[in-house]
Amino acid sequence: MSNSTILDAAETKKQVAEAPKTISGSQAVLEAFLAEGVDTIFGYPGGAIMPIYDALYDYTDRLEHILVRHEQGGIHAGQGYARASGRVGVVFATSGPGATNLVTGLADAMIDSTPLVCVTGQVFAHLLGTDAFQETDVINITTPVTKWNYQVTDATEIPSVLAKAFYIAKTGRPGPVLIDITKNAQLQMFEYSGYTPCNHIRSYKPKPTVRKEYIVEAAKLINEAKKPFVIFGQGVILGRAEKEFKAFIEKTGLPAAWTIMGMSAIPTDHPLGVGMLGMHGNYAPNVLTNECDVLIAVGMRFDDRVTGRLDKYAKQAQVIHFDIDPAEIDKNVKSAVPVWGDCKETLPLLTDLLEKRDHSEWLAKFRELEKKEVEEVINEELNPSTEILTMGEVLKVLNELTDGNAIIATDVGQHQMVACRYAKYNNTMSNVTSGGLGTMGFGLPAAIGAKYGAPDKTVVAIIGDGGFQMTIQELGTIMQFGAAVKILILNNQFLGMVRQWQQLFHDKRYSFVNITSPDYVQVAKGYGIEGKKIDQRADLKNAVKTMLDHDGAYLLEVMVGKENNVFPMVPQGCGVSEIRLK
Amino acid sequence: MSKQEFTITVYTENQIGLLNRIAIIFSRRKINIESLNTSPSEVESVHRFTIVINETEDVVRKLCRQIEKQVEVLKAYYNTNEELVWQELALYKVPTDVIAEKVKVERLLRQYGAKAVVIRKDYTVFETAGHREEIDTLIKALEPYGLIEFVRSARVAIIKASKGFHEKLKEFDQAEPAEEVIENEFLDKQDEVFTM
Ligand SMILES: Cc1ncc(C[n+]2csc(CCOP(=O)(O)OP(=O)(O)O)c2C)c(N)n1
Repeated sequence: MSNSTILDAAETKKQVAEAPKTISGSQAVLEAFLAEGVDTIFGYPGGAIMPIYDALYDYTDRLEHILVRHEQGGIHAGQGYARASGRVGVVFATSGPGATNLVTGLADAMIDSTPLVCVTGQVFAHLLGTDAFQETDVINITTPVTKWNYQVTDATEIPSVLAKAFYIAKTGRPGPVLIDITKNAQLQMFEYSGYTPCNHIRSYKPKPTVRKEYIVEAAKLINEAKKPFVIFGQGVILGRAEKEFKAFIEKTGLPAAWTIMGMSAIPTDHPLGVGMLGMHGNYAPNVLTNECDVLIAVGMRFDDRVTGRLDKYAKQAQVIHFDIDPAEIDKNVKSAVPVWGDCKETLPLLTDLLEKRDHSEWLAKFRELEKKEVEEVINEELNPSTEILTMGEVLKVLNELTDGNAIIATDVGQHQMVACRYAKYNNTMSNVTSGGLGTMGFGLPAAIGAKYGAPDKTVVAIIGDGGFQMTIQELGTIMQFGAAVKILILNNQFLGMVRQWQQLFHDKRYSFVNITSPDYVQVAKGYGIEGKKIDQRADLKNAVKTMLDHDGAYLLEVMVGKENNVFPMVPQGCGVSEIRLK
Repeated sequence: MSKQEFTITVYTENQIGLLNRIAIIFSRRKINIESLNTSPSEVESVHRFTIVINETEDVVRKLCRQIEKQVEVLKAYYNTNEELVWQELALYKVPTDVIAEKVKVERLLRQYGAKAVVIRKDYTVFETAGHREEIDTLIKALEPYGLIEFVRSARVAIIKASKGFHEKLKEFDQAEPAEEVIENEFLDKQDEVFTM
């Protein structure tokens, strides 16, 4: 079939006036990166991508390449970079095993809408389909987990295909794109006449036209509401609409709760912020979801971890759903008023139409329930009455010392839930966590990437003893490239989250959740990274301070309670208002 | 909502791999595709998929939005059978001697609207086009005489209410997204509005 559609995109713009020169396909890839403002590539070489690496040798003054220790680490680093910077993460991998090692990260980026451009090497075009050495059908393997993918077999396509790749990755609802380039195309010399960024693809409409009447309808509902409740997700961050969102809730004092992915879009101590939604979220927003009269969802997708049982979710409320992706509208929760669009555009239009109302009584209801959660859960977690350290008090100390200005990357499990429950954030794009896929092993490489994406920020990786051992090899990347990541291991000597479920729902039959750890401080030392292990409360503050003050990467292992549970919890199969405090 | 037959019509760019991208939207939900046809459309360079599934309207609507979300898909419509003119094509191979002896071929052709495409000494190939039931009745009629081979094509369908894709395509060809906020009368027509 033709590549006419791809060329169409480029043809709509005038070609950049540049005298044609002969370059290789590999050079064209790197030229595209430079034109797109890429500064960092996370990658790992191999046979089928060697021509690109050879070309890279001459670009190291303009492009920084971070040699990761495993392609999964590379793509999670790319995700961390994208999440902390708001820019497209760029990843290289070779064919076959290199490419298949990307799959987990692609799935993670797909479900969490993270913009990535991954370039994989592929065998020579004439070997495609022959089971050649390190040939895998990467396009078909990655189709379900990419926003778009494309195989290039002819170098002349490279500029326009990469332009399309960046455009698709970052526009509309962002997502991962994979470009598979056969070795012959990387080597092929062709007449290059410059790079033209893509800004239009006929069949792709990333920016919906705003329909005013829906906004009017939404404003009417909100103006009439007695108990309006705003819930928001990562859409606010991806749309860079934090300011617009704040103006919207502040205009008439609307209580607002975030999903795990929306976290940090507004400061966690914002006077209208009422906490995190979801299975291990806060008590008040979960309970009151089932009491509000108008539920305004902004840039969130009603994941089952947020809604609990759907037939017991906000049945009393009229739902207004703001989303840029029409496939999300009515997918899980039927909306009375769908507002399809970019919330950076739609929110100000809505704010204009809102009338000032006093919702302080309704807000007080959240605070009242919050008090209950503080008394029954939070106090004990942050100021434990026993000697055993809790994860929560580690977060409390971290908050005190960073004052909410650090980027926190987490892994997956109890420590993730505790981090998201208790971490203080002042700035957007500060919470880098695997929300939709729940990928253990995400934390360490994502933190490395986040450090490159936001070099001036303190980046703390909060990781469990299980997840750390999944991508521990990335300590080597830190060693070699010096990313100053603060690694905080919360070691409960269990696969804690699974153990919690086994305790609560499987009669404490602890089936293979008991996990042993190496001496992490020694391991870090082997990688030239300083570290310390503590198990006493008296040492906590100093140890965290030493970690943060240390010049460069540092590993702090904190031994915490073995069988502590994360509460509150919406048990599976229950409605959100059936949330348990213990 | 109960399941019924829906025909999904998808206008797309002509792109390798797109068939797979569309097919997995069904298979990931464990939905069986009853029939699938790809062909050119009324617009040069635009491809047309015709997909038949048995599902509830709610699910079909969600599937269409997920299909439409694919970068190379221009538009996805779904319709019930009443909203369509549709046909399937079938070929039947039967032994010529039996047919010649035992069946009134002429009656057969007339009654079922069938046509003999090939007549050889050893076998004859009939062809019919029509709805599933019509095709099935001819199978029944021929089975006693030793049906050697049978094959039925995917459905092709024309949407009765459609004005075609020529006009629609112009919306897609605009280089820049429209900046203005549109006021319109579609407030209660969510489905029509929430497509591109
Ligand atoms: C790659 C992967 N495998 C398995 C799981 C299932 N899982 C979710 S949480 C968890 C336990 C995590 O244990 P640990 O890293 O020690 O963190 P903790 O819960 O103890 O804080 C497991 C196994 C997962 N999320 N990801």
